[in-house]
Amino acid sequence: MLTFVLKRLASTIPVILIAITVCFFILRLAPGGPFDQERALPPDVLANLRAYYHLNDPLIVQYLRYLLRLAQLDLGPSFVTKDFTVAQQIAIGLPYTLIVGGSAFFLAIVGGITAGIYGALYQNRSADWLIAIVAMAGLVVPNFLVAPILQLVFGVHLAWLPVGGWGDGSIRFLAMPVVVLALPHIARISRLMRGSLIETLNSNFIKTATAKGIGRRRVVLKHALRPALTPVVSYLGPAASYLLTGSIVVEQIFGIPGIGRYFVQAALNRDYGMVLGTVVFYMALIVVLNLLVDLAYAWLDPKVRQR
Amino acid sequence: MNFSFKTFTGVVVLSTLLAFGSAEARDLVVYNGGDVTSLDPQKISGDWEDRVDGDIFEGLFTEDAEAKPILGVAKSYETSKDGLTWTFKLRDDAKWSDGQPVTAEDFVFAFQRLMDPKTASEYAYIQYPIKNAEAINTGKIKDFSQLGVKALDDKTLEITLEHPIPYYRSLLCHFTAYPLPKHLIDKVGDDWVKIGNIVTDGPYKPVEWVPGSHVLTAKNPYWPGKDKLDIDGVRFLSMEDNAAGFRRYQAGEIDIMTAYPKDQYTFIQKNLPGQGHFTPFAGLYYYLFNEQKPPFDDKRVREALSKAIYREVIGPKVLTSGEPAAFGWVPPGMDNYPKEGARFKWAKEPYPQRVKEAKALLKEAGYGPDHPLDVTLSYNTSDNHKRIAIAIAAMWKPLGVNVKLVNAEVKVHYANLREGDFQVARAGWLADFNDPINFLDLLKGGNEMNYGKWNNKEYNALLKQASTESDLKKRATLLKQAEQIALDDDAAMPIYFYLSENLVSPKVKGFKDNVFDKHRTRWLSLDK
Repeated sequence: MLTFVLKRLASTIPVILIAITVCFFILRLAPGGPFDQERALPPDVLANLRAYYHLNDPLIVQYLRYLLRLAQLDLGPSFVTKDFTVAQQIAIGLPYTLIVGGSAFFLAIVGGITAGIYGALYQNRSADWLIAIVAMAGLVVPNFLVAPILQLVFGVHLAWLPVGGWGDGSIRFLAMPVVVLALPHIARISRLMRGSLIETLNSNFIKTATAKGIGRRRVVLKHALRPALTPVVSYLGPAASYLLTGSIVVEQIFGIPGIGRYFVQAALNRDYGMVLGTVVFYMALIVVLNLLVDLAYAWLDPKVRQR
Repeated sequence: MNFSFKTFTGVVVLSTLLAFGSAEARDLVVYNGGDVTSLDPQKISGDWEDRVDGDIFEGLFTEDAEAKPILGVAKSYETSKDGLTWTFKLRDDAKWSDGQPVTAEDFVFAFQRLMDPKTASEYAYIQYPIKNAEAINTGKIKDFSQLGVKALDDKTLEITLEHPIPYYRSLLCHFTAYPLPKHLIDKVGDDWVKIGNIVTDGPYKPVEWVPGSHVLTAKNPYWPGKDKLDIDGVRFLSMEDNAAGFRRYQAGEIDIMTAYPKDQYTFIQKNLPGQGHFTPFAGLYYYLFNEQKPPFDDKRVREALSKAIYREVIGPKVLTSGEPAAFGWVPPGMDNYPKEGARFKWAKEPYPQRVKEAKALLKEAGYGPDHPLDVTLSYNTSDNHKRIAIAIAAMWKPLGVNVKLVNAEVKVHYANLREGDFQVARAGWLADFNDPINFLDLLKGGNEMNYGKWNNKEYNALLKQASTESDLKKRATLLKQAEQIALDDDAAMPIYFYLSENLVSPKVKGFKDNVFDKHRTRWLSLDK
């Protein structure tokens, strides 16, 4: 098992290296630089800044310097935020993103699976239809629309919840961003779960179990659920990496200081250090999450385990 | 399900670790726009950063409630007859927030650090009027002691200028002129600016900073006027989503918005009377021509396009937020300038007349129905810029001008401008200090901000003459002459003057509108 994990991790190193290389050079090819702005800088000041960030060195030297730093787990300086390095900014923002994203992930799993089971057991009845309609709405309506509507209803008009901000980090502040983030995933998981469970319930080993006189509840929870979860689990990897890297829309609307906004803003700011930092971080996260999904497969499906 | 459960446990643990207190009752909450990039006044550039640093630092001069310069750390000053040497006496009770006295040496240190090329300060150039400042900042002089800033004793500072400047007091309010705590920076270096280390000499001091969320300040216990401060501290929120900020404002979570969603203008005027402070503000929205290449090296073409812009409708109808039309280059209300600045000669003509003249001019220049003028109009991505570009393209259509709109994100847009890769392009400018030279410099030959490369000898000479003129009235006349030349030659197309965009809760008292849009917290108070 350990060798399997190590092998998987080692195989990702060249992938990460290629991605960094591509990202590094494409970024420099993009027009505009970190110091292009509304107020043009006098040439001397610009020269001072470029020297400060070593931008005058040949590109290949800059590239090698970056790799050397990275090997020492140093993500380097941000070109925009002067008082914090890239690693410090990610470290400060990450807990917020993990809390919001993690809670949303948890809600998506619990909500999605429950709704999916319900839908499968009460197929084509009104409850099933209702779930389907709500799920479709959650999937189709974008979060930049859902979020303001929730804010206006629960924050401004009913004044039940704070409209935004982190506050003391309590559930009152988390409720709306978590629900907005989780909604499309609840929808997708519930559809996957429903479909997969219906298929499993129609398979022979379930019929056998029912014929043996095992109770309905036990058949579903003990026998059908585990195999039916496989498609859901394969969806969880990408879902987790999406949720745990934060969402710029949700973070901006609710004023959450997570890392999601860096992915977009750093690119727009041509903050070379920050873009590369987030790319490296994102890839590392995907690698780990995919590994976890593989391990979960092994746990769910004995066939995978024996391979 | 083990994985998700572990994540959740981790989340619970983390959230407990992270919980911190919510806003205190007397804290002012300000929607501050972009993320502050530094607390170091020599490393900032934006107005959102100025709002924070202007509360926590104080220079020799500082702004009053209407942003006029008043004495700050200096208790008195003298100017030599030639206007070149300024001698300041510092307040005896001026202290850093750790109780150390603010000394003349702190100012000398700060100005030397500002001009040190290694500091790479973006805004250093604004203090170039100081003797030898430019030479030091560009590495031509290595000996920092040659900078025209000297400590005569602990509490006496002498600043020598290259040439007299009438707006120098205003320039001394700027964040590049703040003192720095030498005793601290000597000890901890660049880390001085970290929360926990940083000491400041203004009414407030920073106590918490979460990037992407907020900067929180509290009263500086050593600031001489601390007993008169009504507000205990300010929570400057890093938020750029105006609509989301406005919802929080409506729910009472934010006291002051420094920008608002423009589509809510009518709603605000109707439903929140007295809360919208949209007043003239030292900013200009303009289009510039690339005058290096045809067809815009032809003054007739420039004049025709400029005349055909129906400026009177841009603010009220296109933006729907009432910005005043710009028929001159310098926004109204600036110091050291006549109330009535220069204007286009045709500014009072009715619009149909202007269009007629514009058509005639284009015809004269060889354009018309059979030979239409093709123009590329570039702007940086933004809904408002797009709206204006579309409206103006429509205004040019009857002249037989075919407009191709090109938009690019802001970094690319300005990189293109710098490289001269445009025909007609959008730009904007906000004053750094209260003087018309801010705007007139934009058209000076050789200025890197003069993207259109309009270069008029007479104009340049007038600005040069004004720069050494110490009589304010004479100087104003010279500057106005220069402005008229720029307008007569259609150096660029001013379109509208900015309005400030503040929403102020009725709980906040003492908020005075001013052309500079600066509202230091020390002048504000908060009803419970």
